[in-house]
Amino acid sequence: MFETFLFVLLAVVTTIAAILVIVQRNPVASAIYLIITLFCLAGIYLLLSAPFIAVIQVLVYAGAIMVLFLFVIMLLNLEKEKKLIYRNRLQKVLGVFLGGVLLAQIGMIFSSVLLEGSKGKFPAEKVAALGNTEVVARLLFTDFLLPFEIVSVLLLVAIVGAIVLAKKQI
Amino acid sequence: MLAFVLIAIVKVLVVFTAMLLIVAYMTLMERKVLGHMQVRFGPNRTGPFGLLQPIADGIKLFFKEDIIVPHANRLIYILAPSVMVITALVSFAVIPFGDSVTILGHKVDMVVADVNVGLLYLMAISSLGVYGLVMGGWASNNKYSLLGAIRSSAQMISYELSLGLSIIGVLMITGSLSTVKIVGAQSQVWFVVYQPLGFLIFLISAVAECSRTPFDLTECENELVAGYQTEYSSMKFALYYLAEYAHILVISSLAVTLFFGGWQGPFLPPLVWFLIKVFIFIFFFIWIRATFPRFRYDQLMKFGWKVLFPLSLLNIMITGIVMSVIG
Repeated sequence: MFETFLFVLLAVVTTIAAILVIVQRNPVASAIYLIITLFCLAGIYLLLSAPFIAVIQVLVYAGAIMVLFLFVIMLLNLEKEKKLIYRNRLQKVLGVFLGGVLLAQIGMIFSSVLLEGSKGKFPAEKVAALGNTEVVARLLFTDFLLPFEIVSVLLLVAIVGAIVLAKKQI
Repeated sequence: MLAFVLIAIVKVLVVFTAMLLIVAYMTLMERKVLGHMQVRFGPNRTGPFGLLQPIADGIKLFFKEDIIVPHANRLIYILAPSVMVITALVSFAVIPFGDSVTILGHKVDMVVADVNVGLLYLMAISSLGVYGLVMGGWASNNKYSLLGAIRSSAQMISYELSLGLSIIGVLMITGSLSTVKIVGAQSQVWFVVYQPLGFLIFLISAVAECSRTPFDLTECENELVAGYQTEYSSMKFALYYLAEYAHILVISSLAVTLFFGGWQGPFLPPLVWFLIKVFIFIFFFIWIRATFPRFRYDQLMKFGWKVLFPLSLLNIMITGIVMSVIG
C-alpha cells in the first residue's frame, strides 16, 4: 500500500520534472529540473530494492555530472541563447515522427503482457540474502570483467583527450 | 509495524533536535575557543559564561530584515539555503551513535537507518550539498557571489574525490558499506592504526569539504566580499551558517565512525564516548581555524589533484598489497 503510494508520487514528480526540463527556456532551470528527475528516479530504484544503483544514480548523475553541467551553464551565463531558437523543418518532422513511434511503443508495453517474463538469475530475495553491493561487485569482476576493463580504458582515453584539447602544448 | 514506524519517527525527531542543539552551541564553542586562542574572552555577557549567546543570536537573526535583491531569481534564491541545510542534516541518518538497546521488548538500534549502502549514501548526499552553494551564488545575480559559487563547486568536486578514495581502505578491511558493521569491526583495533595515510587524507579533504579555514576560499573576504552568501541576509544567511556547522558535525562523526571506533570505549556509556570523540574533532576543526592562514587558489587546486589524489590511490594500493600478503 505504502509502496504503491510512494511509487505513484515519485513517478508523477519524475514525469512532470522531465517535461519541465524540455519546456523551460532558461537553461539553469532546465538543469535543476533534470536534477529533480534524476533524484526521483533514484527513489524508484530504491523501491525496486536496488539501493546500490539508487545511490550511484544520485552520486554520479545528480552529484557529479549535473554539477559540472550547471557549472558550465553558469560560467557561460547562457542568457542570450534564449532568443536563438533553432528552426529546422526536417528536424520538426522527424521529431514528431519519432515521438509518435515512442508513444506507440509505450502503448504496446501497456497493452501487452510483456512484463510477465521469466525470472532472472538474481531475484530480489536472493540479492537481499547475498547483499546488494556484493552481488554487483562479484559479477563485475568475474562475468563482466572484460567490458568493465574496456569501459575503464575508454574513460582513460576520454580524460587524455580532454587534457590534450585543454592544453595544446604541454 | 506500528512500533517500527513509531521508533523511526522518535529517532528522527531526537536526532534532529540534538543536532540543532549541538550546532547552536558549536557556534558558541567556536567563538569561545577562538577567543582564548587569541588571548581574549569571547562572548561572556549573555547569561552565565555566555551560555545564552546562541539563543540571542538566533532571535536577532530572526528579526533582521529579509532582503531579496531585485534582480535575483527568486525561487532558486530561496531554495538554495534550504538545500544546504537539508543535505547537511539528512546525512547524519546513517551514523551510529550507540549500541542497540532493548526498550519495552523492542530492539532499538542507535542509528536512524542502518542501510547496507550507508557510506555511499553519505557520499551521495554530501555531493548534493554543492547545489546549495552553486544555486545561491548564481541566483543572487552578483559577480562576487557567482565567482564564489564557481570556486566553491570546483573545490568541492576536487576534494570529494580524495575524500571518497581515502575511505576505500576502510571498506577493503571491513568488506562492507554499512556504517554499523564498520564500527563493529573496530572492537579490537581502531582503523586509524591500519589506515594512518587514509586518515590523514580524509582529515585534510574533510576540512576542505567543509570549506573551513585553510580552504575557505568560497568566502575569502579580501577577494570576494563574502563569496556565495554575499547577498543573503536574516534567516537565509543563518541557514547557510547552520548548514556549515551541521556539516562539520557530520564530518566529525564520520571520522569517529570510520577511524576511531565509533561509540566504542570502556567504562562510560556508548553515547558519551561518541560525543566525547566527536567534540574532540570539532575542537580540532576550530583549532585549525585559529592556526593556519588561507591557501591561495592555485595552491589549493594543485594540492588537491597533484598531492592528495595520487596519495589516496597509493593508500588503496598499499592496503591491497598488505591485505593479500597477510591474507
